[in-house]
Amino acid sequence: MNKLWRLLGRRLLQFLPILVFATFVVFGLLQLVPGDPALSLAGDYASTQRIAEIRHEYGFDQPLVVQYGIWLWHAMHGNLGLSLFSSEPVTQLIEDRLPNTIMVAVYALVVASAIGIPLGVLAATRSGSKIDSFVTSTASMGVALPSFWLAMILALQFSLYRHWFPTTGAADFFTDPAGAISHATLPAIALAVGVVATLARQVRSDLLEVLNQQYMRTLRAKGLSNGAILWKHGLRNVSATLLTLTGLQVNRLFSGAVVIEAVFAIPGVGSLVSYSAINKDFPVVQGVVLVLVLIVISVNLFVDIITALLDPRVTAST
Amino acid sequence: MTAIAQKPAMVAVPRRSRASRFLRWMRSDIRAVLSIGFLLLLVLVSFAAPVIAPYPPNDQNVSLLLAPPDAQHWLGTDDLSRDVLSRLIYGAPNSLYASFLAVFVAVLLGVPAGLVIGFVGGWFDEVASRFIDALLSFPPIVLAIAVTGALGIGLTNAMLAVGFTFAPFLARLVRAQTLVVKSALYVDASRGFGASTPHIIWRHILPNAIQPVIVQVTLALAVALLAEAALSFLSLGVQPPSASWGGMLARAYNYIEIAPEQMYAPGMAILLTALAFNALGESMRVALDPTMKRR
Repeated sequence: MNKLWRLLGRRLLQFLPILVFATFVVFGLLQLVPGDPALSLAGDYASTQRIAEIRHEYGFDQPLVVQYGIWLWHAMHGNLGLSLFSSEPVTQLIEDRLPNTIMVAVYALVVASAIGIPLGVLAATRSGSKIDSFVTSTASMGVALPSFWLAMILALQFSLYRHWFPTTGAADFFTDPAGAISHATLPAIALAVGVVATLARQVRSDLLEVLNQQYMRTLRAKGLSNGAILWKHGLRNVSATLLTLTGLQVNRLFSGAVVIEAVFAIPGVGSLVSYSAINKDFPVVQGVVLVLVLIVISVNLFVDIITALLDPRVTAST
Repeated sequence: MTAIAQKPAMVAVPRRSRASRFLRWMRSDIRAVLSIGFLLLLVLVSFAAPVIAPYPPNDQNVSLLLAPPDAQHWLGTDDLSRDVLSRLIYGAPNSLYASFLAVFVAVLLGVPAGLVIGFVGGWFDEVASRFIDALLSFPPIVLAIAVTGALGIGLTNAMLAVGFTFAPFLARLVRAQTLVVKSALYVDASRGFGASTPHIIWRHILPNAIQPVIVQVTLALAVALLAEAALSFLSLGVQPPSASWGGMLARAYNYIEIAPEQMYAPGMAILLTALAFNALGESMRVALDPTMKRR
């Protein structure tokens, strides 16, 4: 138990600098804007007095480090500022839209794992066969396919022509689970394709490496069935890398969701951030980027800890 | 499997001219030849766009709005009655320029950073690597959107932003390579002869660390192309009336119910080009890495 706490402590300490740097990057986004940040934050129609107020409020008249401190302090207290357009609190805007993005991303991850992992296993165990070359070439296709183009084709075929799924929008998972699932199905499929390809490729090459090890031949010589070798020795050995890989897909899913949300007009944080970037609504842009990076970092921390707990080699080394 | 049979043959014939080696490689890797051919064709089309495009890209023929393909307009016309084929051809240079610009920026930022971090090592490596981890935690397109929004909307700024999001990937890769090469005996020997640090980095570490970078750079071209299409689709990239494949898809999407055929050509163009970059990258990975030949 003591060991477990030490492990948790170490991981948290490793993630702390990443967290600090990430917040610094989000804060730094505003510094990239040419000209006076107070002017950009005030929007186009602000009075001189309001600009001066903003300059003081955000501490733009102070050194950069102090500004960062003020911004971080506000952010830690859930204050990400107000939207320059709707004047709504940024936290509120994100809170309203985040569930829709998460719904599509999680759904896509489930679909991708359910298809990608078995495909990779199939290709690895039948390495060199027709199935293997089919999986490998389909995977190359999946990586190169623009997901939003696929989304458009899916929308045309299955919403507009066949009416199997609603074309646009989203529904709340907790009040209307069936509606939420049917709204999110096509976006999730479009989003999943690239991830399926990555997972299938990685599982294939990792598993192939394990299966080509010397001890696999020994196991076979001992009379173990192929199934037992695959499940007890092959997949168990790749499970740790697989978990890490899945964790890494989270930021890719968020990336893809931005564009997919535009195609299906889903009111999520992705459409929020692109709309806000076009309209120079910087507090919203910063807020969304901050929330997404925090989610990615937390998921990876979580995956990291789980992997460490599952893998005796990692636990032993701490 | 076949590589095992080939190995003794390669040992037996140690010297071949560069040209014949190249020919042999071409025959052994049809995929690479096809991709290179396609990409060269695309470059040619990009430069010859004004000559080979049947119409100027912004030429309007108001009697033909969203017309289906016919003898005059092979791929039909768009919602502003412009020839789709011509816009597809004029979109090629924009899309290629965008991909190369983004990757160039990524190399310019990432490679020197990785070299320095790996070479200096110690606590500097610790801190810099955590910073790279932090950058890699951002969803790339989201970060690119935010940076584009801050720099100002447009194709060049969008691709600077995409390049910026790639740079940490390359930096991490180059750092790892540098760490390996740094401890090689010939580096020690060179230092023993009194070579300066820049000399060691430039003459010994860079050439030996660069191979996996070349592969990643080729693969990154595909990712950059897809990113350009995505950003232009979100109207953060190329601005009208300039043609780009992503922008064409965005327009086509608005008329998906009336003219669904509009979206196929630009989508195929993006898919094929990304496939070609990926196939080339994979072929180079195999060609450059002897341990990959077994698989």
